[in-house]
Amino acid sequence: MTPLLDNFFNTTILAQYWPSILGGFWLTVEVALLTIAVGVVAGLALAIVRAMHWRPADIAITVFVDIFRTLPQLVVIVFLYFGLPYAGIQLSPFAATVLALGAVLAAFATEIFWAAIQAVPQGQWDAARSLGLGFLRILFLVILPQAVRIAIPLLTNRAIAITKGTALGTAVALPELLGRAQSAMAIAANPSPLTLAAALYLLFFVPLVVASRWLEGLGPRRH
Amino acid sequence: METLQLFLDNFADWDSLVRIWPLLWQGLQLTALLAVVTLPIAVAVGLLIAVLYSFHHKPLNVALLIWIDLFRSFPVLVLLILIFYGLPFLGLKLPSFAACVLALTLNNSGYYGEIFRAGIESIPPGQREAARALGLHPLQVIFLVLLPQAIARVLAPLASNSLELVKTTSIAALVALPELLRSARVAQEQTYNPTPLTAAAIIFFVLLWPFARWVAKLERDMIMRQK
Repeated sequence: MTPLLDNFFNTTILAQYWPSILGGFWLTVEVALLTIAVGVVAGLALAIVRAMHWRPADIAITVFVDIFRTLPQLVVIVFLYFGLPYAGIQLSPFAATVLALGAVLAAFATEIFWAAIQAVPQGQWDAARSLGLGFLRILFLVILPQAVRIAIPLLTNRAIAITKGTALGTAVALPELLGRAQSAMAIAANPSPLTLAAALYLLFFVPLVVASRWLEGLGPRRH
Repeated sequence: METLQLFLDNFADWDSLVRIWPLLWQGLQLTALLAVVTLPIAVAVGLLIAVLYSFHHKPLNVALLIWIDLFRSFPVLVLLILIFYGLPFLGLKLPSFAACVLALTLNNSGYYGEIFRAGIESIPPGQREAARALGLHPLQVIFLVLLPQAIARVLAPLASNSLELVKTTSIAALVALPELLRSARVAQEQTYNPTPLTAAAIIFFVLLWPFARWVAKLERDMIMRQK
């Protein structure tokens, strides 16, 4: 038992690295929240643009969505950070991680919102138009409130899954939770910081995963 | 024109590509191997979890739900780092390939487990009762009656998760396994331009795109059915 305790729950080492790892935790939370904000807002905006059925925009959005829902998140992060400098654009690790994850979430969110908008029955558009409402009012007052409700369970799952990608920031030296834990582990030659990081990740994500299970139960029944 | 030429020289330099192609090809093969080995194992473990759950044994089900939510909550990279860099302190040193297979399998056992479980639970109980009344063995009920219907219902998340699994193999690059992304990074240090990275991204895109479109269609159909 002692080797396990000494290696994975070493209180001396934990006390020493606790402040650094806690700092990493807050950075992880920050990146996660920013990713969700960027991804959901951009996704909703792109879905609204698609609803306007303007051909050049449709094509551009489809290309964007297909690229970012197909490429692995890590490939996008590495490309933004190690590739773009050759085009004269040097992003910080923070910006590269948020932009990459935000773009991936935006691609999925666009798809989900767009499908949800289409899932609202055509009769709703017709009825609203016959009441004399204009396009934007119909979209924002009639269609979107219903579409968002349809989109929420799928969107929540996607957002959680992509937010877990914050740990990929270590690949571009972002000093978030996993990165801090790994460097502490290397210096201390002891994996206790990693145990702590794992516990903090669970602290952050278990409530989200449990909440999404509950949210799914509330969603429309499929049978 | 000049900027375009400069851009092409950097991001799509043919000579660089020819020189580093063997490296990329090797990386692609390793990526494919990792996906082909992990996918069936992860599906099998997920299926096992769902089948065990379907017996509705209370304490067992609590344990299974904890397993599912625990591994769905763990970022897969954290799991991989723990297995690859943490376990050696307990005297268990796994090669990077095995560590990746283990991390991806544990992580995805949670996802597949939940997908299959939700699918089986969504089948009306009358199906199970009718099959039992016809004298089928409980295992026959699950595998011949419930599962085929369940899989049809959860095809969209099943396909989506499989695509995510294949994409996630790229995290192996972070434990020095020379799969496609890692090979591209190594090649980049030889060419001093991002052409290998562009090439790797294009390879990923071309191979996964048809599958991604199919998954998108399945998900769209699923949302439309909620009308």
